[in-house]
Amino acid sequence: MHEIEMNPSPKVSIKFDGQTLQANEGETVAAALLRQTHLAFRTTAVTGTSRGPFCMMGICFDCLVEIDGVPNKQACMTYVENGMRVKRQLGAGDTGVFLSDEEDTQ
Amino acid sequence: MKDHYDIAIIGTGPAGMAAATVASAHVADVLIVDEQPEVGGQIYRGITRQSIKDRTILGDDYYKGQNLAGAFAASNVDHVSGATVWQVSPEREIGISKDGAAHLLTADQVIIATGAQERPFPIPGWTLPGVMTAGSAQILLKSSGITFSNAVFVGTGPLLYLIAYQYLKAGVPIRAILDTTPKSNRLKALPHLPGALSHLGSIMKGWKWIKALKSSGTLFIEGIDDLKITGKNSTEAIEYLVQNKWHRIETSNVFLHQGVVPNVNLAMASGCVYHWNEQKLCWHASTDEWGSSNVPGISIAGDGGGIGGAIAAEYQGRITAYQALYTTNKIKKQERDINVLPTRHALAHEMRIRPFLDAMFRPAVQFRIPTDDATMVCRCEEVTAGKIRASVSLGCAGPNQLKSFTRCGMGPCQGRFCSLSVSELIAEARNISVNELEQLRLRPPVKPLMLAELANLSTFASEDT
Amino acid sequence: MSPAYDAIVVGGGLVGSALAFGLQREGLSTLILDEGDIAFRATRGNFGLVWVQSKGIDFSPYAHWTWESAETWAGLSNLISEITGIDVGYQRPGGAEICVDDKEFAAKRQKMEKLQSHSPHVKFEMLDQKSMAELLPGLSPDVAGGCYFSGDGHANPLNLLRGLHQSFKSMGGVINSDAPVNDIVSQGSSFTAKTKKGEFHSARVILAAGLGTQNLANKVGMDIPVHPDRGQILVTERLKPFLTMPLSKIRQTIEGSVQIGDSHEDAGLDVGMSTPILNKMAIRAVQMFPHLGNARIVRAWSALRIMTPDGYPIYEQSEQHPGAFAAVCHSGVTLAAAHALQVPKYIKEGTLPTSLAPLRTNRFKKEMAHA
Repeated sequence: MHEIEMNPSPKVSIKFDGQTLQANEGETVAAALLRQTHLAFRTTAVTGTSRGPFCMMGICFDCLVEIDGVPNKQACMTYVENGMRVKRQLGAGDTGVFLSDEEDTQ
Repeated sequence: MKDHYDIAIIGTGPAGMAAATVASAHVADVLIVDEQPEVGGQIYRGITRQSIKDRTILGDDYYKGQNLAGAFAASNVDHVSGATVWQVSPEREIGISKDGAAHLLTADQVIIATGAQERPFPIPGWTLPGVMTAGSAQILLKSSGITFSNAVFVGTGPLLYLIAYQYLKAGVPIRAILDTTPKSNRLKALPHLPGALSHLGSIMKGWKWIKALKSSGTLFIEGIDDLKITGKNSTEAIEYLVQNKWHRIETSNVFLHQGVVPNVNLAMASGCVYHWNEQKLCWHASTDEWGSSNVPGISIAGDGGGIGGAIAAEYQGRITAYQALYTTNKIKKQERDINVLPTRHALAHEMRIRPFLDAMFRPAVQFRIPTDDATMVCRCEEVTAGKIRASVSLGCAGPNQLKSFTRCGMGPCQGRFCSLSVSELIAEARNISVNELEQLRLRPPVKPLMLAELANLSTFASEDT
Repeated sequence: MSPAYDAIVVGGGLVGSALAFGLQREGLSTLILDEGDIAFRATRGNFGLVWVQSKGIDFSPYAHWTWESAETWAGLSNLISEITGIDVGYQRPGGAEICVDDKEFAAKRQKMEKLQSHSPHVKFEMLDQKSMAELLPGLSPDVAGGCYFSGDGHANPLNLLRGLHQSFKSMGGVINSDAPVNDIVSQGSSFTAKTKKGEFHSARVILAAGLGTQNLANKVGMDIPVHPDRGQILVTERLKPFLTMPLSKIRQTIEGSVQIGDSHEDAGLDVGMSTPILNKMAIRAVQMFPHLGNARIVRAWSALRIMTPDGYPIYEQSEQHPGAFAAVCHSGVTLAAAHALQVPKYIKEGTLPTSLAPLRTNRFKKEMAHA
């Protein structure tokens, strides 16, 4: 990571998978995570493969994370806010209700 | 937000900003919507709050956007930011979602200015974490001052050399530049060079970037014939074939780029017709010289209709806005014509470089249509080139049928990163031209919409615009 | 003069393909003539339910016909899998219809009691919110409850269509796509179907062309009244499985995406979307499963159901031109097994059974006579 000299900007504190990290006010969640060299944000629903941001402009849908309990949020289109809880999305997102493996219908 | 506008503009890149500035000077009710919180689109991303101290890093062309943004800010337009447009119906019913609620409104004229996107670059390993587009590198630099040391830049096209040059100016070490421009492009571009000479300045600028990169000691390899990105869960290395020999470079970051193409989804879902352009290898809007599409009241301006660059987009924005003003009886024909004439000349001048650029940086077929069957083509549904070819041999005739064979195209990106590759792949497998193939049918919602937002649909003016 | 087929099926959607599958399996050389992808293709809009609990409440022949199909559906699924390896995604975990308030609950109970009175196999259960929530985690605490029936299920309509097409071809059947039929001529004991791709001859012709059936039916002495009924569907991104069974208005596919549907509109031949209707569907979905509010819709489309005047299927053989049949319905998935495994036998024998007599078009004339 190489940081360019910027005009100072206020800092914001967010959580990523429980870990607290600092972000710049006005930047996207994706940028905040990439700054900490987190390149992978999720695993896919189809094969469980690791994915991270690709286009940074909201059209590839590879940067999906869970933010404050809401799944399938594009990290590159969401702006950091103090106290935001970001989690890697593992497989398909869930909206708070899902069957555990035993309950899963077959 | 009101429930009706004279003119609604989708997108705050150069085309949208220019259109809004013109339209609002003559009309009371102009709406402009964009997903981003600030104006600028992608090319002028971060222009209103650019905090990089050294202005030479991003370069003068970027800062030109400040004039445009300034004029826009001074205009009287209703600017709705951080809002997603999920539909524009053929009757110009616009669906917008913002802050947890969906709104429906109408406009007499809609100008779609959704800009460009990166061309897909389907090579083995392109879905690994650590692989991003050159556009991403630009966005990270412009918006957050973030860069990655020892990344490998791969591909062809002016934007690739630009971002590498910006890295150089910023003092960020570059591991390598792998140039995939086919050597044969030079000869094919030569006939277009005289037409492009009116843009000698731009050509020299690009040449200057390449020269600076080469003489900086950065590894710069041309004539790349094949590529593979490898790694277990993240990018670890990139392998490249040049002069029949494979080489390997270790890196955690790869930036891919082989040109930009129009971001067509909203316009196509609205019923606007696009035709395949074999020179540009992408779909081009079938619009007249006013930017008007086949759908009454809907016009397209800027890169979203066909790639012309930021300056051309600005001119197209102005032209479509004047036409929209004339069509809604806000100005007379004479006023429209007087204002549009110089812009048309300027636009024609801007476009003179395009045939040269299209030919010079035409991406090689093996990077558009993967030869390795294991290559992922549909990133969202993880469908490989091999699976698509197998479907064709089972009788799948086109991209719409392919959805029911493989789910390819059914993911959230709605074909943005696969439909070009899919179309060329199927056309090749069926031995027909892309022209003869049906186009991917696109429908709203053009961007995902939360169920709660749709449940909270309002068709009235909201109290807190 | 092209070779004579034993049967020509006009229409390659769910109904036509299932019939053709069965005919080919019965040893009749069969040709499907299909309009191609320009067709309205009702199949694309099918929700995918293999549904018993709401069928034929007021008309027992339809209730019984539906049950026969539902009971043999697993057999069809297995056959397709054996022949082609295609998994049509068939599951039969039972199905539920949620009632948001006591009024809906009482009305549904009344309907189900009526259904059970002539169809005792429909052993339904009216469950209150608490009991229903045990079956359906995430169910809103504010709904009244609903109806559960163990005999309901679902499948993937597009996989089913592809499975039927491929099985048909594997058994020697021929499909001619991009071949809209514009005329049918009867000549003694054979028929000629005319398309711009040529003429085709057969001993029997079966019209299963959805909304296009009426026009062709007239040419062979049948009157098959059908009209379009528009249904819209919303589809979410993939979500972790949470629905244990399909509901009448919501189902979760094997891939995890949630489909929300079951709207009805008279919109003529317009396959556009109506946002107010989508709004109502969204409201209802969130009313039943509040957590779904945070799910994102990635696709929406509308399709035209094939509706007969009373909503029940039509099976008809032409009296003027025996050997010409027509089959239309809006439940192409539910009835696929009956269409694939039973109806072809009748077509081969040349007579529709008395059990299907109530589904002939003379029932409309009777109604008109009463009116």
